[in-house]
Amino acid sequence: MVAVTPILDTPRAVSPGRPRRVRLWRGLVLGVAAVYFLVPMGTSFWFTVHNERQGFSLDAYRRILSAEGFGTSMLLSLALAAVTIAVVLGLTLPAMLAVRLGAPRLRPVLEVVCTLPLVVPPITFVSGIGTVLRWGPDYLAATPFWATLIAIQNETFPVVLVLAYVVLALPFVHRSLDAGLRAIDVRTLVEAARNLGASWPHVVFRVIVPNLRSAIAGASFLTLALVLGEYTVAALLGYRTFPVWIVTVAGSEGQLSVAVSLLSLLIIWLLLLVLSGAGAKRRSSS
Amino acid sequence: MATEITSGPGAAGDGVRARAGGRAAKRALPPSWPAVVPLLVFVALAFGIPAVALLLGAFTVTDPRTRISSLSTANLTESLRGNYLATLLGSVQLSAVVAVLGAVLGAFLAQAVVTSRSRALRESVLSASGVLANFGGVPLAFLWVATLGNSGVVTSALGLGEAGWSLYSFWGLALVYMYFSVPLMVLVLVPALDGLKTQWREAASNSGATAWQYWRYVGVPVLAPSLLGGVVLLFGGAFAAYATAAAMTGSTVPLVTLQIADALTGNVLIGHENMALALSLDMIVVAGLVMAVYLPLQRRSTRWLR
Repeated sequence: MVAVTPILDTPRAVSPGRPRRVRLWRGLVLGVAAVYFLVPMGTSFWFTVHNERQGFSLDAYRRILSAEGFGTSMLLSLALAAVTIAVVLGLTLPAMLAVRLGAPRLRPVLEVVCTLPLVVPPITFVSGIGTVLRWGPDYLAATPFWATLIAIQNETFPVVLVLAYVVLALPFVHRSLDAGLRAIDVRTLVEAARNLGASWPHVVFRVIVPNLRSAIAGASFLTLALVLGEYTVAALLGYRTFPVWIVTVAGSEGQLSVAVSLLSLLIIWLLLLVLSGAGAKRRSSS
Repeated sequence: MATEITSGPGAAGDGVRARAGGRAAKRALPPSWPAVVPLLVFVALAFGIPAVALLLGAFTVTDPRTRISSLSTANLTESLRGNYLATLLGSVQLSAVVAVLGAVLGAFLAQAVVTSRSRALRESVLSASGVLANFGGVPLAFLWVATLGNSGVVTSALGLGEAGWSLYSFWGLALVYMYFSVPLMVLVLVPALDGLKTQWREAASNSGATAWQYWRYVGVPVLAPSLLGGVVLLFGGAFAAYATAAAMTGSTVPLVTLQIADALTGNVLIGHENMALALSLDMIVVAGLVMAVYLPLQRRSTRWLR
């Protein structure tokens, strides 16, 4: 979300009339905010490294890698994220390009379709999915749909989660790509490339995609963060993705779950750092 | 050309260009609508089918003895009564408190950042807001449990447990939700506050306006769409949140999301299996109303960012 928000770095002039009062007030606000936002991080870190018996130890962090279920749940989440990103980009990018190039009347349709998932909280979405999956034995047992329903619920790679995550990611991906497409003149680029004899795949992959690099990176990272942190759908459909694993492990190992939580905060921070770095590179090269 | 400009709010420029070239380029370009079809088909399958299932289920009642299903509004009327209504109201109340408090605190923080001359402060607060606004769900719950939970570091250091503090109460949950709500508000408001031109402030004070009058008649009216849009966004986020509340086990706050999860996992009376769907429909109606307020506001607020 941060990358979509334009950051204007013109320093604001402070009105010269009441500098002391303004400074005092600002210091108070920033101080309260710093306490509220930093104390939980600091105390959580203390919670993970301090132990009544042993004192200071980083054991909780060492145990993460060897903890039972960490590897499989993390791999499952990463695989789900990779497939979700590929599917959501493969669906939205051609559609949005087409709408810009030759089907402007479909544009409002696309906008509505892509914002619709925002109206549906994940928990209500999963109750709908659960209902459909339970239809299976009642109505579909004799039809080929039955095999499909079984196949998408495969424990090792639940396709049904990909379907759900693509829908949940649509609004963010649409917004990010829309911002990217707004910044370039797609029609002129395409017509110029076509007039110079470029084939359609060449136009898309060598002309359009490089111009949208930061928007595509933004969409991918938002989707990645969404899938890695998504708990509701996975937990209620009964799959053991990474966030579900954290909750199950919390019952027996409090320190470990807090350590993993701190690490996931760090991961989100790194992801957004990479994302804003990609955006900045794009800006400086243009 | 003049008629084309009215084609769409917010996207007038693109609309004009696309339509003006549309007829001439029709022969050069192949028809492009087929590229939209996969997305629409996907959404119809992955989103449409569960939505229809939800709607049908919410209006279906199965008699526990005869196993015969019939269409009725019994689920919905029951979902708006007694315990179920209490959870719905609990969620609305919590979301409203989080939205209003988060908006006010976020506005103060955003103003403090915008008026600061330090680039480093501004950059760090903005990037931290970007991180924390995306930081929710399970890890957020454990961060707060370690801090202010029953055996949390701060709770035991200050003896808050004996003083009657509980993180698993209404205000505890509100405190936790603010951790992602306030940063989200900062992200919404900083561009809007940057849009307040220094000249307006100078003009106001040259005309003899006090700071209060400036904010009352210039600042807040200009910011109003962004502020309201932010409140609505925060409300929606808190209303839909489930993972955080679920991970803080032992919470006694009645929330509709927890109630739906309970009903989904079979924790309901026989014959009431569709209560989860009825409650979901209630939630969608509330969230839909919220989005109906938000989308026009978002369009309006971008007007001042140019």
